[in-house]
Amino acid sequence: MTITADAIGLEAPPGPPPVVRRGVLRRLARNPVVVVGAAILLLILIIGLAAPLLTPLDPAEINPAFRNKKPGTEQTIRAADGSKRMVTNWMGTDSLGRDIYTRVIYGARTSLTVAVAVAVISVAIGLFIGLVAGYFRWVDAIVMRVMDGLMAIPAILLAIALVSLSSAGLAIVIVAIVVPEIPRVVRLVRSVVLSIREEPYVEAAIAVGTPTPLLLVRHVLPNTVAPLIVQATYIAASAILIEAILSFLGVGIPPQIPTWGNIMAEGRTLFRVFPHNILFPGVFLALTVLAVNMLGDGLRDTLDPRMGKRL
Amino acid sequence: MTRTALDVRGLTVTLPPGADRAHAVAGVSFTVNPGEIVCLVGESGSGKSIIAHTTMGLLPKGLAASAGEILLAGENLLAASPARLRALRCTRMAMIFQEPMTALNPVMRCGDQIDEVLATHTRLGPGKRRAKVLEIVRAVQLPEAERMIASYPHQLSGGQRQRIMIAMSLVLEPALLIADEPTTALDVTTQAQILALIRELMRAHGTGVLFITHDFGVVAEIADRVAVLRRGELVELGPMREVLAHPSHEYTKMLIAAVPGLTPKHREPLATPVVVRAEGLTKTYARRSWLVAAKDQVAAATDVSFEVRKGETVGLVGESGSGKTTVARCIARLIEPTRGKIVVGDADFASLSRSELHALRRRVQIVFQDPYRSLNPRRTVGAAIIEGPMNYGSTREEATARASELMELVRLDPDVLDRYPHQFSGGQRQRICIARALAMSPDLLIADEAVSALDVSVQAQVLALLDEIRQRLDLAMLFITHDLRVAAQVCDRVAVMTRGRIVEYGTAAQVFADPRDDYTKSLLAAAPGRHFAFGAA
Repeated sequence: MTITADAIGLEAPPGPPPVVRRGVLRRLARNPVVVVGAAILLLILIIGLAAPLLTPLDPAEINPAFRNKKPGTEQTIRAADGSKRMVTNWMGTDSLGRDIYTRVIYGARTSLTVAVAVAVISVAIGLFIGLVAGYFRWVDAIVMRVMDGLMAIPAILLAIALVSLSSAGLAIVIVAIVVPEIPRVVRLVRSVVLSIREEPYVEAAIAVGTPTPLLLVRHVLPNTVAPLIVQATYIAASAILIEAILSFLGVGIPPQIPTWGNIMAEGRTLFRVFPHNILFPGVFLALTVLAVNMLGDGLRDTLDPRMGKRL
Repeated sequence: MTRTALDVRGLTVTLPPGADRAHAVAGVSFTVNPGEIVCLVGESGSGKSIIAHTTMGLLPKGLAASAGEILLAGENLLAASPARLRALRCTRMAMIFQEPMTALNPVMRCGDQIDEVLATHTRLGPGKRRAKVLEIVRAVQLPEAERMIASYPHQLSGGQRQRIMIAMSLVLEPALLIADEPTTALDVTTQAQILALIRELMRAHGTGVLFITHDFGVVAEIADRVAVLRRGELVELGPMREVLAHPSHEYTKMLIAAVPGLTPKHREPLATPVVVRAEGLTKTYARRSWLVAAKDQVAAATDVSFEVRKGETVGLVGESGSGKTTVARCIARLIEPTRGKIVVGDADFASLSRSELHALRRRVQIVFQDPYRSLNPRRTVGAAIIEGPMNYGSTREEATARASELMELVRLDPDVLDRYPHQFSGGQRQRICIARALAMSPDLLIADEAVSALDVSVQAQVLALLDEIRQRLDLAMLFITHDLRVAAQVCDRVAVMTRGRIVEYGTAAQVFADPRDDYTKSLLAAAPGRHFAFGAA
């Protein structure tokens, strides 16, 4: 600390005002783990979005004449205007003659939708419950016991139960994954809130009459952002896996919608003869989960070095 | 004895590039003789801890001594191998730290921790080691030595833990003891005992002590010689009495002048209207459980009554755990008092409902101790200052204009309102906190240890600022502090608290000159450096 003769004039801290946001982005860009993870994820996202441009085939189209073809087999298809053209089945076809390459790249859509939807919904709900539970003592005990109860429900059992009550579908799968994830988010947010609410700057805000909702949004919420972004990536990764498991078990998304889990379930019976049925969606699944986890780890290290201890 | 315990010659420690200066320590030379206590004094960032850590070979990564030598009984420590340093630590040199709770291993019994030192560095058998542990624990004047060595650190008080640390560092009779602010975390009465103990033991064992402190009171209490550091450079070195009475360097003069004196200034009693009156204020904490009715009750504050008049500063003085902060937080209604009245103007603050409280809240504002935590790091200081007025209906423009005025009042440049708290020094942040409190135009300003975390020169500035603001705005101020010197300087009236009760309440002049209560007397007797007339200039 410097000794300044403040009789001379008004003091100002040295240096220009920093731009905080740019600093975070620059640090993220310098972290190779984040860059590689984000690049892989971006690539898969582009593949999913551009799927109709990358393949002329329909992922649900059954072609009994072209069942169980090895990767690289060529096939002649007739377009809508009657013209014929050659198409290569890069990843072969399944036992119903559907092109696996087409199904895999369309499957990226389902996986990413599930990942993003589960992460966003569970973080949003968990954030709200966590803020309330952490800040209002009397709610805390009740809410946290409910959360303990929710945590005891396995996603797969819940999905089976929900599917048996209604029909299988994307929404049901998302709900089944979201429900057990919420308590994890709540616990994280609550732990942050519990430590932040004791900070003198929160008390100072109370003393200057800041209403409680504003206090939570302005002073408490920003502190939860960094750990939540990290937690969201882990939730996204596990959502992709659970969706694949549910689809593989046949309690998830209906078979006509291509998902990596569905494709693998389809290929399971002929696995020994045609391993490509499982290999290609498996590679994509592993790569995506790896990318999301890399992104999460990198974000954790960059945004909040203390996160490891807090979890 | 001709051999010095420690001889530091031209020590230079280079800081990594990008730091605020090139050297953490630049060309520092001094000696510590056996049985002598040399105080290394300086404000935060002066490099005093760096010298201690360099000596112990405990410098953090990225720092290294680039020139000079450190001779421990003739052996150059800077040239010693890590293994040699490890062997020297505890046997020839030992260190005690500021916070004994973190320096001791919480999951190991105190006796085992002392025993570990002996087991590592000597070949004594278990029986002899135990005898030696008991002997040293008795030597540091801990009662019931058997029970002490069987206790875990959390079962002991702060003073007892520091005694265990001292025992551990002295058990092998090192030639040099480095004490890094060993009493800063302790209460004054405990501090006085620990200082006496260190002085006594060092004389008896002929150990040289390098005592690091920022507190000139402690210096006056314990030092034989004083070395004053400023930004890594040794500005003054000499016998204690000489340096304190006739400092030659400007910086030393400034530091010593900034130490508040223990004699209160004469102040006229005020007959202004009462702004806040606490009547029988009580706060008890009950250990609550879901099913079982409350059993244990802890009284944090019991039957506290005092009043603060317009333009007056009332001090609440006490050691840690005396309940002074509880009282402050009750008055600001940050916590709910269990019983009693807090009369602000004509309303009983203690019994207001939430909505009524909101309307009156602005009349009582509080400045907290820790300048690093009392501002939200993610919001600009401008946003912090205008938050309160905007809660009460000011427009952004009005509030910002007012914030600029207040920044000038606290002597900060209004142009820096858009900066973030981390760009400001501790003293500047504390002034921002004062501006934030003043933005509400309060009747009562509570300063809860508001200057305790600041360096002595910055503390003097902030105290002067608070006093000026009080006079200019005719503010009532409740000043909470553990520091008797600070209380003596700023308070018109003083209430001394212990164990949740006010044991003495009167004008500052009366309390300091003629204390009636035994506790006040012991508190004043324990004030470090009370024989030395600081702040007389």
